Amino acid sequence: MNTLSRWFGRNLLRIYAVVAFTYLFIPVAYTFAFSFNDSAKSNLIWKGFTWANWQNPCGAPEVCTALGNSIKIGLLATIFSTILGTMIAFAIGRHKFKGRSTTNLLIFLPMATPEIVLGASLLSLFLVFQINPGFWPTVIAHVLFCMSFVVVTVKARIASLDPRLEQAAMDLYANERETFRRVTLPLVAPGIAAAALLAFSLSFDDFIITNFNSGTMTTFPKFIYTSAARGIPAQANVIGSAMFFLALAIVIVGQLVTRKRKVS
Amino acid sequence: MSDIASSARGDLGLSHLTKSYGDFTAVNDLSLTIAEGSFFALLGPSGCGKTTTLRMIAGLEEPTQGTISLGSTDITYTKPYQRPINTVFQNYALFPHLTIFENIAFGLRRRGIKDVDDAVNKALDLVELPHLAQRKPTQLSGGQQQRIALARAIVNRPALLLLDEPLGALDLKLRRQMQIELKWIQKEVGITFVHVTHDQEEAMTMADTIAVMNEGEIEQMGSPAELYDNPKTAFVANFLGQSNLIKGSITGLDGANQIVDLFGQKISLQKDRSHAVDNSILAGIRPEKFRISRLETSTSGNILTGGKIEDVSYIGVSTQYQVLMPWGQELMVFEQNDDGVAPFSVGESVNISWEPVFTFALRGDDDAEAGTEVNPDEDLEEE
Amino acid sequence: MKKISTPYLLLIPGMGFLFIFFLLPLFNLAQTSTQTRVSGGDTGEYEQTWRFANYFDAFVENREQFGRSFLYALIATVLALAIAYPLAYTIAFKGGRFKNVMLVLVIAPFFTSFLLRTIAWKQILGEEGFVVPTLRSLHIISESTTLTSSAFAVVMGMTYNFLPFMTLPLYASIDRIDPRTLEASGDLYANGFTTFRRVTLPLSMPGVVAGTLLTFIPAAGDYVNAAILGSPQTKMLGNVIESRYFKIVDYPTASALSFTLMISILILVTVYVRKAGTEELV
Repeated sequence: MNTLSRWFGRNLLRIYAVVAFTYLFIPVAYTFAFSFNDSAKSNLIWKGFTWANWQNPCGAPEVCTALGNSIKIGLLATIFSTILGTMIAFAIGRHKFKGRSTTNLLIFLPMATPEIVLGASLLSLFLVFQINPGFWPTVIAHVLFCMSFVVVTVKARIASLDPRLEQAAMDLYANERETFRRVTLPLVAPGIAAAALLAFSLSFDDFIITNFNSGTMTTFPKFIYTSAARGIPAQANVIGSAMFFLALAIVIVGQLVTRKRKVS
Repeated sequence: MSDIASSARGDLGLSHLTKSYGDFTAVNDLSLTIAEGSFFALLGPSGCGKTTTLRMIAGLEEPTQGTISLGSTDITYTKPYQRPINTVFQNYALFPHLTIFENIAFGLRRRGIKDVDDAVNKALDLVELPHLAQRKPTQLSGGQQQRIALARAIVNRPALLLLDEPLGALDLKLRRQMQIELKWIQKEVGITFVHVTHDQEEAMTMADTIAVMNEGEIEQMGSPAELYDNPKTAFVANFLGQSNLIKGSITGLDGANQIVDLFGQKISLQKDRSHAVDNSILAGIRPEKFRISRLETSTSGNILTGGKIEDVSYIGVSTQYQVLMPWGQELMVFEQNDDGVAPFSVGESVNISWEPVFTFALRGDDDAEAGTEVNPDEDLEEE
Repeated sequence: MKKISTPYLLLIPGMGFLFIFFLLPLFNLAQTSTQTRVSGGDTGEYEQTWRFANYFDAFVENREQFGRSFLYALIATVLALAIAYPLAYTIAFKGGRFKNVMLVLVIAPFFTSFLLRTIAWKQILGEEGFVVPTLRSLHIISESTTLTSSAFAVVMGMTYNFLPFMTLPLYASIDRIDPRTLEASGDLYANGFTTFRRVTLPLSMPGVVAGTLLTFIPAAGDYVNAAILGSPQTKMLGNVIESRYFKIVDYPTASALSFTLMISILILVTVYVRKAGTEELV
């Protein structure tokens, strides 16, 4: 019994981690399980196993429109926020100028503002200018809150860049533009990629800000929220699970690629 | 790269070079000439301004005042990518996202050279690492990275090669090996090498000419032998090897020699080895030039009596003694262990003697402790 | 550093965007918050009367929801910290080769829409799920207790949803600790608990501060968890603001509440950060 309690004590943290991860994945597993539920509309009670939902993910009305909107908005928001955010990150991270700390603070503010305030204030602005909430107001809102995260991520990457690498490039006959193109940018690229991925995830999963600025247009999270009352169709579970596996696959592939590059 | 600057060749000239950061002056009115094709060392402790000077030569820092010229071309404000000068950085600064081959080819490609294979392979052969061409820098050991950094610079056949303490991160045996290799490579390719280091043994091993820097200025410049045998300041005397500096005064002349009184004992030194400005001097003798003898043994040359051995350290090659003299100063003596026996022990009374020709004299008001501090931050990057 | 003109060129597009779509709207929000309904006019018609009493009214009327929001957010943050810290510690110190895998596993649930997960919890904890009947049969809870539509569910949902936000900064900070400092502590006669209290915890403070901020701030303004997992008795400030925009249209009150929420969070954050002593968070 003594050895058992000792083993337990030594592995306490590992056991805890297993329990914690299980806890994290319970709703995911539940969602995945119920994507196979054979129910016509309401997906609350288990009725039976079926592949039908996976074979026809767009079966429920509006599901795929909502998904399409989410993806379109996500891509647009990612592109714009990544470009704008990267430019700001370079400005703050590479140059000393008056107002640098104020700019830093200003970038931080949207992250410190609750989503509901961001969404509500944007809605008020659009109302004043008599712009109806919809697709483009939503894109603008997403760019807004993603930008700060992009700046933080890229800035961190820039900060970890050894300035002597750029000096070495100039020492080896590369002018400022060539140095940026051949040394700085390739080395910052992983940070920009991470920022873009983060921006897309934040945009795709956003609900609160979207709710305020989308009007009649549906996004995937909004669709789920509004159909919660009458029962979420199993197709939504299918899409949610599919997104999960897709994203997981991308991350794993990314890990394998970086590990392979280190070894070869 | 088709500027006039890029084709400049010749001696490197620094004229009244100064670099200040606000109140702090890192390099103060530095002037020197480095002969084309020589191996030149800038030697000094951390913070003395040697790296700053190097970076100004490379074009990575702008001087506050003064000029830099290569042959007849003024390159003071030329951009680093327009100077025919390449640097081997202290931490190697190899591009982590490029292969070794591409690292070495980098400078060649920027200069528009299309066919780089030949030159790159030759450079890899020179540093004896041809099998690493397709690896990435993170896969190499410190010593290998250092040699690739060297290859990357040399392949461009610059007029001047700058080395910023490149051997600092290597362990002792590897460092010794690289010192010899670098010297050989320099003779092979005939490029002017400017080597910055705080390690005086390294400087003396590798360089034809050494400039000793302290607090932004040059204390003395010359060949290793000149600096070691005949230092002009206490700093140089203490920084290069070790010295015994004894306060004294000149009391008379005897032909080409000066007679000096050291705390009541008389010695002689050659007039032309004295850098004193008046009669008060610091007499300097290197520890290996001293000979210890028992009181009854007869000796020749300069003699100091009344010494008592305080400490004996056996180092294998030699034995180091600390001898307390009557005036309270402890003198260092290094005796070669060439007869297999350490004859003296703690507490013995001894005489110290040496050939007068080995004595040098410094200004009496010079700080006898200058250059002796052991600096614990040797591997920190200086401003 | 480079010439002066470049940074400004880089900044103008992004900062311009921020100015128009962040600062201006906040301005507008402040302005709206002091308006009053036009007497006799249609819903949605307001005039600028600079009525600062709106703030007083809004606060008094909704002080219960105000307090609840901050209380729930606080509890959720503390719970998240308690759960996430050991997890982050395990990944950092016991992760070994699997560190990256474990980090991915922390973020992975994120890939399923958080609404799907929250609703999943509602069903798992509801009458049809397996948790409640099991607990009832074990007599841990009575026949009449429900887990959903309760403060417990709301706080639990919040804790769950913000767990990655807490774990990642904690991990980043703990991972930076040199394990040899812990060895040194042991060498100097400190037992496991003392080492944690005097070495590990202080060294991981930047992560704790960042994690708690990233959790508390969105939690205070959240209303989705309350809407899905709660009841009218658990209404948070976010729910009130949302309904004042879309159901009972009352823009001045909604704006006043939003603004108050933002300012109070900003004040709390500033005080907290200053007290915790970390300078550069971003």
